Amino acid sequence: MDAKIKFNTKNLDLFYGDFQALKAINMEIREKEVTAFIGPSGCGKSTFLRCLNRMNDLIDSVKINGEIIFDGQDINGNIDVINLRTRVGMVFQKPNPFPMSIYENIAYGPKCQGQKDKTQLDTLVKESLMKAALWDEVKDRLNKSALGLSGGQQQRLCIARTIAMNPEVILMDEPTSALDPIATAKIEDLMSSLKKDFTIIIVTHSMQQAGRISDKTAFFLMGEVIEFNETPIIFTNPNDKRTEDYITGRFG
Amino acid sequence: MQAIKRKKQKERIIENFFLICAFVAVVSVFAITVFVFYNGIKPFVSNSYPLWDFLTGVEWRPGSNMYGIFYMIVGSVLATFGAILIGVPVAIFTAVYISELAGSRIGKVIRFAVELLAGIPSVLYGVFGLGIIVPYVLKISPNAQGESLLATIMVLAIMILPTVVSISETSISVVPKEYREGSYALGASKIQTIFKVVLPAARSGIMTGVILGIGRAIGETMAVMLVCGNPIAGIPTSLFDQIRPLTTNIALEMGYASGVHQELLYSTGVVLFIFIMIINLAVNKLVKAKVGS
Repeated sequence: MDAKIKFNTKNLDLFYGDFQALKAINMEIREKEVTAFIGPSGCGKSTFLRCLNRMNDLIDSVKINGEIIFDGQDINGNIDVINLRTRVGMVFQKPNPFPMSIYENIAYGPKCQGQKDKTQLDTLVKESLMKAALWDEVKDRLNKSALGLSGGQQQRLCIARTIAMNPEVILMDEPTSALDPIATAKIEDLMSSLKKDFTIIIVTHSMQQAGRISDKTAFFLMGEVIEFNETPIIFTNPNDKRTEDYITGRFG
Repeated sequence: MQAIKRKKQKERIIENFFLICAFVAVVSVFAITVFVFYNGIKPFVSNSYPLWDFLTGVEWRPGSNMYGIFYMIVGSVLATFGAILIGVPVAIFTAVYISELAGSRIGKVIRFAVELLAGIPSVLYGVFGLGIIVPYVLKISPNAQGESLLATIMVLAIMILPTVVSISETSISVVPKEYREGSYALGASKIQTIFKVVLPAARSGIMTGVILGIGRAIGETMAVMLVCGNPIAGIPTSLFDQIRPLTTNIALEMGYASGVHQELLYSTGVVLFIFIMIINLAVNKLVKAKVGS
């Protein structure tokens, strides 16, 4: 249990205009673990996730106080955001492949970083698709539109696209909420195998999912982290009454 | 019971009223088409002027019974093509700037300016062209004349801006934000995101705007008439040559023409009509393709 700390947030507050969406979040997220964020809708878990790769920059009214230390550097400050996002990838709630071919979807990120070598790109595309357990299904149609894939395949494509950047961390914002149970199971399997290479942080609505795949779980409520601990403890022996109420389905 | 019946009747009357209104457009387009085609085809059917000479001739001298419009077709196409070449990139970048880069206040100002541009009567574009662009062209022209293909292109390029900008902007703004987020999350810059994801995704909408812009440019009459020179002969071979687009040919002479001369002006209209119909078909096809995807 001496894994390196990847993210360390200190007194992180976040405001949408006047509304405070995150309140004094202090959290240490360890390398090569799966950390799950659970909590009712609107509790701030996705907002917090989006702080970790500065996706909240896209929203004008957002104001952030406090520190987010990523590998020793505060990423709230004046940093190279593009570099951060190549190191901290993200998979979204709704599968969002670009309206281009499967190949181009994967090659997009590396190409944006200036990778032009065709052979290297070919290899990268293949490896990424294999790691995302999608290669066998799409190897004969790499030049077909990604929009022709099923929802589950599209989401695995988005994971492959993220893997192609070889990030250190993969953020997943309810990656299976738009998918059927079979596709969900495939993505969960994938997550456990990806854990070897990547630090994974996942927001999920499903407590069962958090229980199945995560090492650590954080319970969010009204912008605060109520409890953050080993997943088995959260689910069997939570410290806080509110966590217990949520886990046992008394609200949320 | 009676009340319901009366209500239903009222609904039906109103419905029919709407139908009649809608019919005005259908009847108008039908009437104009039949009228123009009927008059325009007459001289060729009655053999009062050979179709081939009409379409391939490069001189328009009603006094000498010479009615060739080939040089006008070339003029119209070149002017339109030039206007598209200059106007479309400017318009697309404007649309990108408004929807992706400008803050909401600057965006509003630019959008307002573009909308105003759309509302300016075309004769004023012509006056502007005549007063500002033509003298400037005159300065650099080797031909000692300002009215030219170049001046026409400049005026038309400005005139198509509102159409192309507003349609491009709309289609850019409906590109799902998920595409942009996905791109940013992969470490793409704003400019990379715009050029590699947003614009390709908005492509068909932008194309629709471009084609409508072509329609506007090829159909424009008043503004063009003041700056194009309207020569009676000659295929334009340089930007400084004068041109006589199909539209101005009709507008200049229809008022006093009679007989074959008048009929051939209608024929000019038929040619113009065919161009416009092709353009409209292309738009329909694009719009359908967009819905299909």
